[in-house]
Amino acid sequence: MSAFPQPLTGMAAPLLRDNVDTDTIIPSREMRSTGRTGLADGMFAPWRYSDADTRSENPDFVLNQPEYRGSAILAAGSNFGCGSSREHAVWALAEYGIKAIIATSFAPIFRSNCIRNFILPITLDRAVVEALAGHEVTIDLAALALTCGDQGYPFTLEVEAHEMLTHGLDAIDLTLQQAAAIDAWTLADRAARPWVYDLTRPAPTPQQEPARP
Amino acid sequence: MARTLFAKIWDAHRVASLPGGADLIAIDRVFLHERTGAAALARMAEMSRALRDPARVFAVMDHIVDTRPGRGDGTLMKGGEGFITETRAACKAAGITLFDVNDERQGIVHVISPEQGIVLPGVTLVAPDSHTCTQGAFGALAWGIGSSEAEHAMVTGTLRMERPRTMRVEFTGDVPAGVTAKDMVLALIAAHGAGGGAGHVVEFAGKAVRALDMEARMTLCNMATEFSAMTGIIAPDAKTFEYLAGRPFAPADFTAPYWQELVSDQDAAFDAAITMDASQLAPMVSWGTSPEHTIPITATVPQGPARAHDYIGLPAGVLLAGTPLNAAFIGSCTNSRISDLRRAAAILKGRRISPAIQKALVVPGSMAVKRQAEAEGLDTVFKEAGFEWRMSGCSLCFYAGGEGFPEGSRAISSTNRNFEGRQGPGIRTHIASPETVAASALAGAIADPRDYAR
Repeated sequence: MSAFPQPLTGMAAPLLRDNVDTDTIIPSREMRSTGRTGLADGMFAPWRYSDADTRSENPDFVLNQPEYRGSAILAAGSNFGCGSSREHAVWALAEYGIKAIIATSFAPIFRSNCIRNFILPITLDRAVVEALAGHEVTIDLAALALTCGDQGYPFTLEVEAHEMLTHGLDAIDLTLQQAAAIDAWTLADRAARPWVYDLTRPAPTPQQEPARP
Repeated sequence: MARTLFAKIWDAHRVASLPGGADLIAIDRVFLHERTGAAALARMAEMSRALRDPARVFAVMDHIVDTRPGRGDGTLMKGGEGFITETRAACKAAGITLFDVNDERQGIVHVISPEQGIVLPGVTLVAPDSHTCTQGAFGALAWGIGSSEAEHAMVTGTLRMERPRTMRVEFTGDVPAGVTAKDMVLALIAAHGAGGGAGHVVEFAGKAVRALDMEARMTLCNMATEFSAMTGIIAPDAKTFEYLAGRPFAPADFTAPYWQELVSDQDAAFDAAITMDASQLAPMVSWGTSPEHTIPITATVPQGPARAHDYIGLPAGVLLAGTPLNAAFIGSCTNSRISDLRRAAAILKGRRISPAIQKALVVPGSMAVKRQAEAEGLDTVFKEAGFEWRMSGCSLCFYAGGEGFPEGSRAISSTNRNFEGRQGPGIRTHIASPETVAASALAGAIADPRDYAR
């Protein structure tokens, strides 16, 4: 996975509803394999298509409008990405080409999934998001600032998320550098809380229900 | 210094403070299911990464399994069988304890984890499932994560986490008859919004919470994610220890002083606090497309977002009670445990659901719940009332592309999400307690369970 483009300029596609949920971003029926790919086509399927089976487009949906088709930036309302933890929502957005989402707030699991997949979640006040929506914006990750016309808007990001997006870091690789600390902690904890580790493991029980003929 | 229960668990699990301000938090338990867990296991295999401690990782088939009797790996969802067979193979290769399709311990992840004693007070437990917060009812720090984080937890035994803020939600007073934990949490979300808990771990406390049994506490914590909280948690007490003692993966007893210390200290400071008067609550039903669009059953639909009114087909000002229905669902990690089924059955006993109801399902939360219900004759009550009686699984809490409600249905559902299309394209969902679902199925319209109490 590549790091975040620096800088990123594009149209902020307006999707200003509150509580946009991950079922809408990628419906369960569009999650057809255990892989992380092949999801962009199903992204926002209930809104994007007038008929999800034939994929005939709903012209009213923002990303079907010529000026926003293929946008890398979404401008959204509050609690964006609420609901199911499915990372498929973020994989679908990333595969489509979304690089940044500007919202008034994010649901926590979704936001964390964004960072792990190098999509930049930017939280700004509602008045600012509404002012940006539908306009070209430039996002400068290094400066943690966004510009729209002659207006500049700073935003905040946790130090670690900033590093990860900037350098495309893998969280597991980073944490494995702490292996010695984890080992030491576990050794001490095993003595303090043996019940966490010493699990009796009952044998699997036989099948209980007959199969349908 | 006085600390919250959350802080005690967090501090005890902090392996390191990371340079950027986050903490490296040890994870005691990981639970996977076939819908999102397989993706994590597949990536781990692809990256040649091993599990740090497979004995502390568990998996279950619940999300897309067939719930019709006599099931195998086949699913009504096209391609669903691949999720099941891949998950099974990946669990076997990794040495993970799997509760397979026809294992007698199978059930919805958040129902079977307590049944098996996998969740314990004071542990950290994560699962790639947003409703993992359910398990906070046992005094665990349990929260939902993505597949990448699940992979991180399995490989490293830790997660990199920003410390959340804390919120205390106190329910004072006594809950009136006919009002349940489901109504309590819906009332909280209705009052403070679907984003009301954002950034916080919510500790549920107060007299009305202490009075709840463990199953009701699970219902309360279950919808912390609908409040946008990282999770919910309830301090363990005698009920908690009694429930867990001697379960297959749990300690035989909880008498050691350690367990008694898992409470927020008297003077512990929370970053936010909310008080709800439980004695003033009524049965709650959602009217719109977010859990925050919820009102007492006696109320009229308020003015909300135009889109929500359009989708649900109810204008502002109408009475919610009496809205005609044609589908009913009792199940999900919110309300599918034996006490939920008992309360719904008490309303249905000796009665028939309305002919207007074209599809009515009861899906027990686990095979253990199913067996217990059958031992009590509840299956007969449901079947005689006109409900289908199913094997356990998540079923129609969400539409996966297989089984669905009849086109254009308006459903009353004991689930947790009334999103557009959640239970199928165009399906309109009203979420409520199991007794409200039962009463409404009898009436063929949204109905007050108190009118059907015996």
